[in-house]
Amino acid sequence: MLPFSIRNMLRGLLGHNLMLSLGLGIVLIMSLAAVCAPLLAPYPPTAQHLDHILEAPSSRFWLGTDRLGRDVFSRLLYGGRVSLWVGFVAVGISISIGTMLGLISGYFRRWVDEAIMRLVDIMLCFPSFFLILAVIAFLEPDLTNIMVVIGLTSWMGVTRLVRAETLSLREREFVAAARLAGSPTRRILLRHILPNALAPVLITATLGVAGAILVESSLSFLGLGVQPPTASWGNMLMEGKTVIESAPWLSVYPGLAILVTVLGYNLLGESLRDLLDPRLRR
Amino acid sequence: MDTPSPARSRRGRFTAIALRIARKTLWMLLVLWGITLISFWVIHLAPGSPTDMETTLNPLAGEAARQRLEALYGLDRPLYVQYADWLLRLLHFDFGNSMSADARPVLDKILERLPLTVAMNAVSLALVLLIAIPIGILSACRQNSLLDRGVTVLVFLGFAMPSFWLALLLMLFFGIDLQWLPISGLTSMDYASLSPWGKFRDLASHLALPILVYTVGGLAGMSRYMRACMLEVLRQDYILTAKAKGLPSGLIIRRHALRNALLPVITLLGLSVPGLIGGSVIIESIFALPGLGQLFYTAVMARDYTMIMGNLVLGAVLTLAGNLLADIAYGLADPRIRANGERN
Repeated sequence: MLPFSIRNMLRGLLGHNLMLSLGLGIVLIMSLAAVCAPLLAPYPPTAQHLDHILEAPSSRFWLGTDRLGRDVFSRLLYGGRVSLWVGFVAVGISISIGTMLGLISGYFRRWVDEAIMRLVDIMLCFPSFFLILAVIAFLEPDLTNIMVVIGLTSWMGVTRLVRAETLSLREREFVAAARLAGSPTRRILLRHILPNALAPVLITATLGVAGAILVESSLSFLGLGVQPPTASWGNMLMEGKTVIESAPWLSVYPGLAILVTVLGYNLLGESLRDLLDPRLRR
Repeated sequence: MDTPSPARSRRGRFTAIALRIARKTLWMLLVLWGITLISFWVIHLAPGSPTDMETTLNPLAGEAARQRLEALYGLDRPLYVQYADWLLRLLHFDFGNSMSADARPVLDKILERLPLTVAMNAVSLALVLLIAIPIGILSACRQNSLLDRGVTVLVFLGFAMPSFWLALLLMLFFGIDLQWLPISGLTSMDYASLSPWGKFRDLASHLALPILVYTVGGLAGMSRYMRACMLEVLRQDYILTAKAKGLPSGLIIRRHALRNALLPVITLLGLSVPGLIGGSVIIESIFALPGLGQLFYTAVMARDYTMIMGNLVLGAVLTLAGNLLADIAYGLADPRIRANGERN
């Protein structure tokens, strides 16, 4: 049994505030590292050091070099830009579609609602990773296609969420008042209902970034994502796999980067949810 | 309302469930049709063609050869004719022939790959349930304890862990450093000459790592969900009543809480099918296992339309079947649905 004070301390340390600050900290540091990659990276991401091929981590190459003699640390920093960019744009797309359909569905109800909800049901039954894979392989795997396809296959949760919020908000007095005052529907939706439904959407968006980063890295790992020589964490792992026995560092660090980043967004999203949902607070 | 006699209520329950299943099945056929419609169009309108491999990439084949091949595959017809033709054949469970060099029926190729993928998923799903449910219960009953916190940390790590990275790390540790387990393929070179027990051991050692990866992948979500459901149930008034009656806490948890908390888990199981199918592409390609995921990956790379459509349809059917089974199980398990055939 641990002494009481230590248990208390651990409890405090592992509490919500720690989750929030840890998540926020990771997200900020990773974003900063990605944005400042050109300043922080010791070498350009595609520069080859041909006399230092597959070198283990050293003081000169902090995380070692790959098969073409490129610095793994520099490539990790640049790979972070790809992950971040894909995460944000893909989530931007899915949130826009999801919010719009959710607002329409919840506000107009009747057959519009029925049609949109059935579409959501269909999309949820899609083996979506199969479809993403097929479409990306056909469309030339480049960054734009990946972001669009991930965005187009991940809006369903947002739609359900926004619809539920809208359904309850539309019955409130301030919406009725706005309608009585003659506000056009578009204004009611965007000015009166949307801002009140925004908090859960933001949480979903935070968690969505994590999901999009995972999908992008899986695609890149299968060779269907970001194409070499552009560095992405997924394709670095793919390249590392071929030399996993002689150069294990190539298979360790990019994965660690994905793990930490995704963890950061998940921690941030979950702790925000706990803060905003009073039922879960104790 | 007066209490119905046992015989009548059993018949009523049966019709209620049957009606439910019938309605559900009809709706699912519609969804399936929607999925085929969307996928067929998306896949056929995307650039590239199954004939690329034999023509554009082959300097000896000219335009005439390409046209002959397209006519052979029926790709020269308008898209809606192709779709109608494909759909009509699907009604007879004819998925067409693969457009790859072997030209074998799609269904045959899928059916020989299906058992491995399904078996791996089933074993890992069973493991996930066996581990996650007790963990979820323990965390919920001791909410905010050190154990609960520790599990939460592990769950977050599990959520963030990319499955392919975990696979690489396990290969590195168990396969290369310790040399305990083989890192790829389904069987060893000398498989044919092994005794039945030896064959089983050989298969098991090849499948241990992939199943471990699948299991870890499912564990985080399931235990988190179980914990949430359990917490929700423990807050209910009937738990308070049971406590007030002076029932022992073990009995309250087993009889009153667990049985109710397991209901949403059934639904989650049904919903997890698309994720499992998607995950099989990655895990099978890392461990070089001849399963469905690998088949699909090859088909995508060769733009084998019939094969891709076959896989998408099968994936959708498995997903829908998972939903339906979950729904039936839910109906059988929840007396409120049993009684009136409708989920409230």
